[in-house]
Amino acid sequence: MTAHGAGMPFGVEDVSVTFGDTTALRAVTVEVPAGTVVAVVGGDGAGKTTLLRTLVREVSPDAGNVSAPAKAELGFLPASSGSWAALTVAQNLDFAAGAYGLTGAARDERRTELLAAADLTAAKDRLASQLSGGMRRKLGFLMAIVHRPRLVVLDEPSTGVDPVSRIDLWRLIAQEAASGAAVIMSTTYLDEAERAGHLVVLDGGEVLVQGSYDEVRATFSGTVTSAPTPVREEWSWRRGHDRHEYWPDDDAPADREVVAPDLEDIVIALSLVRRLAGVSA
Amino acid sequence: MIVKEFRELLRDRRTLGLLVGLPLILLVIFGYAANFYVDHVSAAVVGPQAAQVAASLPDFFEVETVDADATEADARDLLRDDEVDVAVVTTGGGTPTALIDGSNLFAAQSILGAVNATAGKIEPEVLYNPDLTTAWVMVPAIIGLILTFIGTIVTSIGLVREREAGTLEQLAVMPIKPGTVILGKIAPYFLLAAIDMAVVTVLGMLLFDVPFNGNVLVFALGAAIFLFAVLGIGVFISTISQTAGQAIQSAFFVLLPQILLSGMIFPLDAMAAGVRWIGYILPLTYFTKISQGVMLRGAGIDSLWPSFVVLTVMAVVIFTAATLRFRRDLAPERKARA
Repeated sequence: MTAHGAGMPFGVEDVSVTFGDTTALRAVTVEVPAGTVVAVVGGDGAGKTTLLRTLVREVSPDAGNVSAPAKAELGFLPASSGSWAALTVAQNLDFAAGAYGLTGAARDERRTELLAAADLTAAKDRLASQLSGGMRRKLGFLMAIVHRPRLVVLDEPSTGVDPVSRIDLWRLIAQEAASGAAVIMSTTYLDEAERAGHLVVLDGGEVLVQGSYDEVRATFSGTVTSAPTPVREEWSWRRGHDRHEYWPDDDAPADREVVAPDLEDIVIALSLVRRLAGVSA
Repeated sequence: MIVKEFRELLRDRRTLGLLVGLPLILLVIFGYAANFYVDHVSAAVVGPQAAQVAASLPDFFEVETVDADATEADARDLLRDDEVDVAVVTTGGGTPTALIDGSNLFAAQSILGAVNATAGKIEPEVLYNPDLTTAWVMVPAIIGLILTFIGTIVTSIGLVREREAGTLEQLAVMPIKPGTVILGKIAPYFLLAAIDMAVVTVLGMLLFDVPFNGNVLVFALGAAIFLFAVLGIGVFISTISQTAGQAIQSAFFVLLPQILLSGMIFPLDAMAAGVRWIGYILPLTYFTKISQGVMLRGAGIDSLWPSFVVLTVMAVVIFTAATLRFRRDLAPERKARA
C-alpha cells in the first residue's frame, strides 16, 4: 500500500489478487485521474469487483501497489443497495454524513443539495425499502459522495436500473467528476461505458485494453463481419438477427459484410482472442 | 426434483446437522438428563448432637459437614451460600430440624419426602420457597433464558442482516473504527435485553409473587456479565452465518442445550455425569445460580462469587473471540485472504 502523493492519480499498479487457487487480478495497472470517470467493463468473473474492492482496501493485494486516499476521502457504492432498508432516505444520508463527520447545518445543507440534484426531495421521508431500484441506487450514490470524496468507487451503480434512472445516475456521476473527483465505476452496460473518459476492459483478471473509447477503437486490429450464419462458430457472437464474427488477421472472406466494431464487438473479440489463444482463426 | 433436493441438502451442512444431529442430541439429552428425581443430596448436620444425627441419616443424605459447635445461623448461611441442599440443626434434647433449600426445587421435594419418611424424628422447614412453588424457581431462570434469546438469536440476526444487505461492506469502508461499529450494533440489543429483563422480573414478582430478597445491584451485575456472554455468542454466530436462516439454525444449536442442560428444567444433580459436564460449560447455568440465589435466597457476592468468576471468564473469552472475528470482517486489510 502506498500513500497518495499530491497531484498523483489514484489507482493500482501491477496489482495481483488471488483467492485460494483462483487468480482474480493479474498484474493490473489502472489510473484514476481527478476529474475523470474510469469505466471498468468485462464479463462475469472478469475481476471488476475485485479491482474496486482492492482500491477501497476491502481486499489486500498479493502484489503491486494501491494508491488511494484515506477512508475519509473515499466514497464507495457496493454492488448491493448501499443503503439501509429500514431507514428513510434522509436518515440514510444523515447516517453516512455523520460517519464522515458532517453534522449540523452543514449536513442539512448538503442533504438538501444532494436530494434536489438527484430528484429525491419528495422521497426524503420514504423508507429505502420502499424506493424503486433506480431511486435506491441514486440514494446509494448520494451516500457515497455526501462527504465530497476525492475518489469515488462505484460497483455497477446502474445494474438493474431502468433506462431513465440510468440517465439520471450517469448525470450525477458526470457532475461528480466535473467537480474534480476521481471516479471509477464498473458496469455491464457498454453503451454507458463508452461515455467514460477512460475505459478498462478486463477479462479473467487481466486488462485486455484500456484508454479512451477512441483510443480503444484505434488500437483494435482485425476485422469484424456480420452475417446470418458464421464461418467459425467459436469466433462469433449474436448481434440482433445476425452473428458478428472476428477475424484477428484481417482474413475475412470477401463475401462477408465488414462492420465498424462498437465497444461491445471490441470487448467480445478481445475476450475471444484471450480465451481461444492457440485455436486456428 | 427429489435428486435436486438431496443434492441441495447434502451441501447445506447446517440443515443436515439439524436433521441428523438433533435427534441424536435429543435422544442423549432426554435419555441421560431428563430426570426430575434427585437420588442424593448434600447435607450438613450442626448442633450438639450433630454426630449422632448424621450417623442416623439414610444414604440419600451425603453429609459433607458435621459440626457440633455450629449454630442454626451457620446452617442458614450454608444454605444461602448454596453449599448444601439441606442443613439438619440439632439441639440438646429436642427434635432436629431439617432446613431445606427451597430454591433447589427438585432436591427440596426429594428431601422433604425423605424427612417425612423419618416419621417425625426430624422436622422439616423449607426456606426461600416454603410452598415449593415452581414459578418461584422458574422465573429467575426464565429471565436468563430471555436474555439468552435476545443475546443470541436477535443479535445474530441483526448483525447478519447487515451482511445480507451488503451494508457491512459499506460500514467497513467508512471511517468508523471497528470497535465503534461493534459497540453501535450491540448497545441497542444490550439495552433492549436489560429492559426486557427488568420487565420480566417485575412481572414475575407481580404475577407469581416471586420474592426478590437480595441486592438489585448484585442481580444487575450478574445480568450484565451474562449479557456480554450471550451477546458474544450472538456476535460469533453472525460471523459464521451468511443469512438470517443460518443464524437461526446456529442459534438453535446453542439455545437448546442451554434450556435443557443448564439446570433450569432438569436438576443438574440428577443428570448423568456424562451429560452434566455440558451444563457446567453453559453461561445460563451460572446466571440461573445467580438469579435464583439473589432473588430467592438473598445471596450476595460473597456467596455467589464462584458463579460470578466463571461467568466473567466465559463472558470475556466469548465476547473477545467473537468481536475479534467480527472485527476481521470490518478490517479486511488484516484478514487472511479468502
